[in-house]
Amino acid sequence: MAYVYYPGCSLKGTGVSYEKSLLATFKRLNIPLQELDDWNCCGATSYMSISEEQALLLSARNLALASENDGDIIAPCSACYMILNRTANILRDDRTLRQKIVEKLKNVGLEHLNLSVRVRHPLDVLVNDVGLDTIRSAVVNKLTGLRVFPYYGCLIVRPGNGFDHPTYPTSLDRLLEALGCEVIDHPLKTRCCGGSLTGTLEEVGVRLVYILLKEAKKRGAHTLATLCALCQFNLDVYQEKAARKYNEAFDFPILFFTQLVAFALGANPRDIGLEHHFVPAEQVFEMVR
Amino acid sequence: MKQGNGTVPRIGVYVCHCGTNIAGNVDVKAVVDFASKLPGVVVAREYKYMCSDPGQSLIKNDIREKNLNRVIVASCSPHLHEHTFRHATLEGGQNPYLFHMVNIREQVSWVTEDKMSATEKAKALVEAAVYRVRYHEALETKEVPVNPDVLIIGGGIAGITAALTLANAGKKVYLVERDYSIGGHMAKFDKTFPTLDCASCILTPKMTAVKDHPNIHLFTYSEILEIDGYVGNFTARILKKPRYVIEDRCIGCYVCVEHCVYKTPKFPSEFDEGLGLRKPVFIPFPQAVPLIAAIDPETCIEFKSHRCKKTCQEACRDLVGRDAIDFTQREEVVEVQVGAIIVATGFKTFDARRIPEYGYGRYPNVYTSLEIERLVNSSGPTGGEIVMRDGRKPRRVGIIHCVGSRDRNFNPWCSRVCCMYSLKLAHLVRERTGAEVYNFYIDIRTPGKGYEEFYEKLMQEGVHFIRGKVAEVTDWTITPEETGKLVIRVEDSLVGVVRRIPVDMVILSVGLEPRDDAEEVRRQLNISCSSEGWFLERHPKLAPVSTFTDGIFIAGACQGPKDIPDTVAQAGAAAAEALALIDRGSVELEPNIAVIDEQKCSGCHVCIALCPYSAIAFNEEKNVAVINEALCKGCGVCVGTCPSKAITQQLFTDEELLAEIEGVLLV
Ligand SMILES: Cc1cc2nc3c(=O)[nH]c(=O)nc-3n(C[C@H](O)[C@H](O)[C@H](O)COP(=O)(O)OP(=O)(O)OC[C@H]3O[C@@H](n4cnc5c(N)ncnc54)[C@H](O)[C@@H]3O)c2cc1C
Repeated sequence: MAYVYYPGCSLKGTGVSYEKSLLATFKRLNIPLQELDDWNCCGATSYMSISEEQALLLSARNLALASENDGDIIAPCSACYMILNRTANILRDDRTLRQKIVEKLKNVGLEHLNLSVRVRHPLDVLVNDVGLDTIRSAVVNKLTGLRVFPYYGCLIVRPGNGFDHPTYPTSLDRLLEALGCEVIDHPLKTRCCGGSLTGTLEEVGVRLVYILLKEAKKRGAHTLATLCALCQFNLDVYQEKAARKYNEAFDFPILFFTQLVAFALGANPRDIGLEHHFVPAEQVFEMVR
Repeated sequence: MKQGNGTVPRIGVYVCHCGTNIAGNVDVKAVVDFASKLPGVVVAREYKYMCSDPGQSLIKNDIREKNLNRVIVASCSPHLHEHTFRHATLEGGQNPYLFHMVNIREQVSWVTEDKMSATEKAKALVEAAVYRVRYHEALETKEVPVNPDVLIIGGGIAGITAALTLANAGKKVYLVERDYSIGGHMAKFDKTFPTLDCASCILTPKMTAVKDHPNIHLFTYSEILEIDGYVGNFTARILKKPRYVIEDRCIGCYVCVEHCVYKTPKFPSEFDEGLGLRKPVFIPFPQAVPLIAAIDPETCIEFKSHRCKKTCQEACRDLVGRDAIDFTQREEVVEVQVGAIIVATGFKTFDARRIPEYGYGRYPNVYTSLEIERLVNSSGPTGGEIVMRDGRKPRRVGIIHCVGSRDRNFNPWCSRVCCMYSLKLAHLVRERTGAEVYNFYIDIRTPGKGYEEFYEKLMQEGVHFIRGKVAEVTDWTITPEETGKLVIRVEDSLVGVVRRIPVDMVILSVGLEPRDDAEEVRRQLNISCSSEGWFLERHPKLAPVSTFTDGIFIAGACQGPKDIPDTVAQAGAAAAEALALIDRGSVELEPNIAVIDEQKCSGCHVCIALCPYSAIAFNEEKNVAVINEALCKGCGVCVGTCPSKAITQQLFTDEELLAEIEGVLLV
C-alpha cells in the first residue's frame, strides 16, 4: 500500500518533531511515504468562516494534486485531517459547488479531482492497515512500565470522519499497549486542549490545559501521548503558565504518539525531534532504557 | 382488447376517496371519467368511503340492477378490504373472485407527491384491472377444518396469560419457552409499578397454574425448529434441548446442586444478570417453573474433561433415589399439529455498552436497570440488600432515563416503561438505603392509570428530578466532594446551567429492543416486522394482535415496548382471536392454488421435485402429476417450470397477468 504524505503547515513548524517521528516510524516499518508535491494550506484557520468557497477551493487543490497519485493521503495534523475530509464530503454531496470548484481547478491546470481519495490519520493507518500484530512483532524497545495518558483531542474522532468511537475512542490505547506501555484509562480522551483559545482567551485556554495535566498527574502518568500538533503545543508550551496560575508543579513531557512508536520500533532517539520540546522529553526514554 | 373468458364482461368500477387519503392527492373524478370510457365498463362511480355500508350497497345494487359480472374497487390495500368487497360481490349475487382490487392509496396517493402523476398512475392501474378482470373466472373456495389446538411461542407474562385463557376455555395448548423456566422478564422483578405489588406474588401462582393445567403441555428449554402448514392446520417441529436432567424424575430438591464437586457457586448466574453466582448444576431461581435442575455443559467438568466424580448424579441416585441425572441425554424433536399460533417472544434490553460515555462495563458502580431489579429483589443475589460491586452501600444514586431510547444514534422510539420503572427503582432504592436519588430525564412520560399519581408521590418523597440529557458519567473529579465518586455531567435545561452531580451509584434505564432472533422467528412464521424489528400487527388500531398471516397472532412486548398491564390485555385479545378461529370450526382457503391440465401434462415429474411444500404427487395410472389442494401454497414454482405449460395458477393466470400489463401500458 502506498501513501501520500500531506504535512500541512504545522508539521513543518511547531510540530516538526511530529514529522520527524512520523517519518522515522514509517521508515522502520518499511512503508514508503511520499510527500505531496506542491501542497498548500489545508484551508483551516479562519478562512472557512470568512469565505467557505475559497477555503474549499484551497483545500480541494490538495485533493486534486493527490488525485494524480494513487494511494490514500496521510494527514497527521488533526485540523488538516478534518478539513480535507470535510471538503471531500461537502463536494461529494453538493453537485453545484463541486462543478464550480472543478472549473476553478481546471483554470490552474488541475484536470482531475478524485473525491474518492481517502484522507487518513496515521493512527488509523498504523492500527488498521499495518495492524497491531505487525507492530507488536516489530517492537525492539519495549516500553514496559511507561505509564501513558492517551489523549485524542476533539477533531479526529468527530462523527462522520471516524475510524473510532466519537466519545470513547480506543485505537491509541491499543496501539500504545502493543508497544508495551501501561495505558491509563480515563474519561478525558476527547476533551478540548484549549485549541486556539490559548491565543485568544488565555484564561480559558490555560484552564483547559490545566484540567488535562492535572488529571494525568492524578492518575500517575509519566507522559501524555497526543496525535495533534496543536494539542501537543498547548499542553507543552502552556504547562508552565498552568502551573503558575494554579499553583501546582508539573513536569510532564508531552509526546507525539509517533515518538513513542518510532522509539519502540528502534529509531534513534536523536531522530525523533525530542530537542524541540519545551518540557524536556528525553527523560521519558531514559526511564524505559 | 382480447375477448376474455367467453361471457361478455359487464364491469363496475368504484373509486374510493378514503376521506382525503386518496382524494387529497388523486383527482378521483378524472379517474372515474376515464374508467367509464374503458371497454366493458358499464358503470363507474366515486364514493367517499367505499368500505362503508352505503359504499358496499352501491356494488350490490349495481350487480343486481345493471347485471354486472365483474367488479373493481380502487381504494386501499387488499390486506385491508379485499375480503370486505369480495363479500359485497357475493351478496350482490356474483362469485367473489369476479372482483378485483386496485390499491391507489398505499401505492399511489400516499407515495406520490405530485397530484397529476398520482392521478395518471391511478388511471393506469384501473385500466390494468379492467383488462385483467375479463379473464377472471368464478372460483370455488375450499373449506378445511380447524385443528382446535394452539401453539404459543414464548413463556413470559404474555405467553402465560394467553395459555391460561385458552386452556381454561378447554383448548389444548403447547407452550414453548426457550429458557429453563417460564416467567420472562417479569420473573426477575421485585415489585411492579405503579401499585408496587410483589411481582412474584402475582406471577408465581400463574406460572404454577400453567404447569398444573391439564390442557397445557409445557416445553421449556425448547425452541421452534420449523413451522409448516396454513391457518387451521399448522405443523410445528419443536426442539427440546438436553438439560441433562430427566424432567419427570427431578423433584427440584437441590440435593444435586448441594453435592456438586464445586463446593461454592463459581459461575455468573444468567438469571441474576451476572450479579450472583451459580454452579454448573443449578436451578435458575427458587420459583422456577418447572422446578427442575439443569446442567450447563459449558461449565460442567464432566462435559469438559469426562473426569468429574459426578457427585451430583450419585447424590440424586443414592440420597434421593430418583436417578434423574443423565449425562448422555440428547436433544429431542417433537412434532405437534395446531390450528393457531400465538407469538409472545418479548423483548431484550438495550446494550448499555453501546454508549461508552455512560461508563457501563468500565465503572463497576454503573448498573443497568435490570441488574438493579435483581439487586432489590429479596430472592436476588444479595437478598434484597443494595450493596454495590465494591461492597459499599450507595448514599447518592443517579438514574439516567432514555438510555438508547429517543435517540437518533440508537433507537428513535420511546420504550414506554422506563420512566415508570425508573420511578419504581427510585422509590425502592430510597426505601431500602435512605439514599438521595436523582432522576435525569428528557420528559417524564407517565400516561396510565395511577401512573401520574405515582410520579407525584415520588416527588413528595423527595426524589430529585433534573431535566436534561446526561452528557457523561465520569470519574474525572475536581472537588473534594466529588472525590471517590462518579460524576454525572448534565445540562439542567430548566435552570440553564451545566451541572456536575457526584453520586455513588448510577442506574442506566435501558430501553426495550426487539430480540436478536426476531428476524429469524419472523421468517419461520412468515409474518412481518416493522423496520425496527417489532412484529407487525395487521392493523395498528383495529387488528392489533393479528398478523398478515392468518391464524398467527402476536401479544406482548414482541409487538412493541409495553408494560405488564398492556401485555396482559393483548395476550387476552390474542387468546380471544385464536378462540374465535377455533370455534368457527373451519376456514375457507384462498383458491389461489395451482391446477394441472391433465390433457397437457406429459408426466415428466419436473414439478414434483421442485415443489417446496411436497404438494404434488404422481398418478401412475393416468401418468399425470396431481396437486394436493390443501398443501399447495400457490407459490408458482411449478407453474413457471412446467415444460408443457400444463399448470396454471388460479387468480394469477398468464392471461390475467398479460392483460394487466397490457392495460397498464396503454394509458
Ligand atoms: C428493568 C425493567 C423493569 C420493568 N418493570 C415493570 C413494572 O414494574 N411494571 C410493568 O408493568 N412492566 C415493567 N416492565 C416491562 C415488562 O418487563 C414487560 O411489559 C413484560 O416483560 C412483557 O412481557 P412479554 O411476555 O411480552 O415478554 P418477556 O418478559 O420478554 O417474555 C418473553 C419470553 O419469551 C421467551 N422467548 C423469546 N424468544 C423465544 C423464542 N424464539 N422461542 C421460545 N421462547 C422465546 C423468553 O425467554 C421469555 O421468557 C419492566 C421492564 C424492564 C426492562
